Amino acid sequence: MDLKDLYRDVILDHKRQPRNFGVIENADAHADGHNPLCGDRLTVSLRLNGDRIEDVRFQGEGCAISTASASLMTEAIKGKDRAAIHDLFTRVHTLLTDPGALPSPDLGKLAALSGVREFPARVKCASLCWHTLNAALARSAATVSTE
Amino acid sequence: MSAQVLHSTPAPVYDVERVRRDFPILTRMVNGKPLVYLDSAASAQRPRRVIEAVDQYETHSHANVHRGVHALSQEATEAFEGARDRVRRFINASSTREIIFVRGTTEGINLVAQSYARSRLGKGDEILITALEHHANIVPWQLVCEQTGATLKVAPIDHRGELIHEELEKLLSPRTKVVAVAHVSNALGTILPVKRIIDAAHAQGAVVVVDGAQAIPHARVDVRALGADFYAFSAHKLYGPTGVGVLYGRESLLAEMPPWQGGGDMIKAVTFERTTYNDLPWKFEAGTPNISGAVGLAAAMDYVDELGIENIAAHEQRLLQVATEALARVPGLQFIGTAAHKASVISFTLDGVHPHDIGTVLDAEGVAVRTGHHCAMPVMDFFRVPATARASFACYNTEDEIGQLVAALRKVREVFG
Ligand SMILES: Cc1ncc(COP(=O)(O)O)c(C=O)c1O
Repeated sequence: MDLKDLYRDVILDHKRQPRNFGVIENADAHADGHNPLCGDRLTVSLRLNGDRIEDVRFQGEGCAISTASASLMTEAIKGKDRAAIHDLFTRVHTLLTDPGALPSPDLGKLAALSGVREFPARVKCASLCWHTLNAALARSAATVSTE
Repeated sequence: MSAQVLHSTPAPVYDVERVRRDFPILTRMVNGKPLVYLDSAASAQRPRRVIEAVDQYETHSHANVHRGVHALSQEATEAFEGARDRVRRFINASSTREIIFVRGTTEGINLVAQSYARSRLGKGDEILITALEHHANIVPWQLVCEQTGATLKVAPIDHRGELIHEELEKLLSPRTKVVAVAHVSNALGTILPVKRIIDAAHAQGAVVVVDGAQAIPHARVDVRALGADFYAFSAHKLYGPTGVGVLYGRESLLAEMPPWQGGGDMIKAVTFERTTYNDLPWKFEAGTPNISGAVGLAAAMDYVDELGIENIAAHEQRLLQVATEALARVPGLQFIGTAAHKASVISFTLDGVHPHDIGTVLDAEGVAVRTGHHCAMPVMDFFRVPATARASFACYNTEDEIGQLVAALRKVREVFG
């Protein structure tokens, strides 16, 4: 167990300067995520163009892992459609939980999260933003389908 | 060192190194570092004496209690009822009829809520708690309020984490039927003036339930001197096993209360028309109890009495003072909870670093602290923090370990700048 594996430079950089931090006014979809165990809270808001995420922001307070993970996520999903995001989520999830998994080369900066699985108590911190994103997307899908 | 020198050196009053040798787990390595266990407020470690007492019982004497004429059943019953008397002496209750074995503090408080409060309270009645309670002393009362229509009132704390006693007194009235307070706050370390609270509550005719989970390992608790009507605690915070605890209740109150769970052991005679309940305390102990747990608790009480709880408390207060001074010098460290009278619990935050990250870095250094909301989310809200890191000190902790805590906090700064 090496702390450097968890707190990599990319993670610390995104913790100190979170990208896409804030809320989108009149967002097409948003959701709140809460991890009561550690008190992490975050909001993800989305601007959608059909199936595609045109803009995304997150806001909240959390640990270095949850903040960096959310920041990295916003960079990774911008411009992608639902199917691509679902695929990305699956690969991030595997990366966070499967001890044997090697980061797939196209994960880009998200691969920096591969140290998290050595710290089981922290996996939830890294996945909170993704679950929140999924909730926002599901809600927008639900809204769309009832319209 | 010559034998002569040894002889002329007075024996130290409290030999913490000797105490440490009684706790096998303390020799463990964690992440390649010697364990520095600063999380005894969540659960204390067990001395060999407790481990062996449980082992001895399981190896030689186990059977069900109160149920057989055979030798083992009698031995088990003697061990279990012997443990009850050990508890009675430890907290100076008048009678073993007042000592109910439960799973822990949580179950003890729920028992009072469901048996005492639920059967008596109604609309217009009030239950008074404080703003520093553990969820275990909040949620059971919310449930009773939902069930009975009673109202929950909360006495406020100040910025130091001290109960504002005058505000508590203002909230007390003849409508107040139950006052439920922590003896010591687990999140802040605040020691509450329970005797004063009990006297004020009794003056209004309310009964008082004391959550003693955090007090029992740090102070002599005399339920009669306190005048507590109910007092609940868990064995595992007193160097005993998990899954067992005690509810002390004043006999006159317990006698009037309906059982809260039905089953074996709590009855005298059962027909389909009618059941006669057992005598105290068994009326409240439905089902096969945690026998080895009770045996372990009794051994833990023997151990604590041998060390002397006053000696333990003095040692812990020394550590609290040393740690408070050392931590005050850590840049960016904020204490959460600065009451004048505190048990050996220090909650803190570090500017710019989430408690979870503190906990992970400390863990890599072998230092175990608790991070999170400590089952006291209203306390976190009051201090406007999502969580804190908490170091707590027990009979086996040393000044050296405080040094290691401080060094590990320096590591946190190295990582996060
Ligand atoms: C003040 C306080 N009350 C109640 C409890 C609950 O104790 P248990 O979980 O052993 O039932 C705790 C333990 O965390 C506590 O610290």
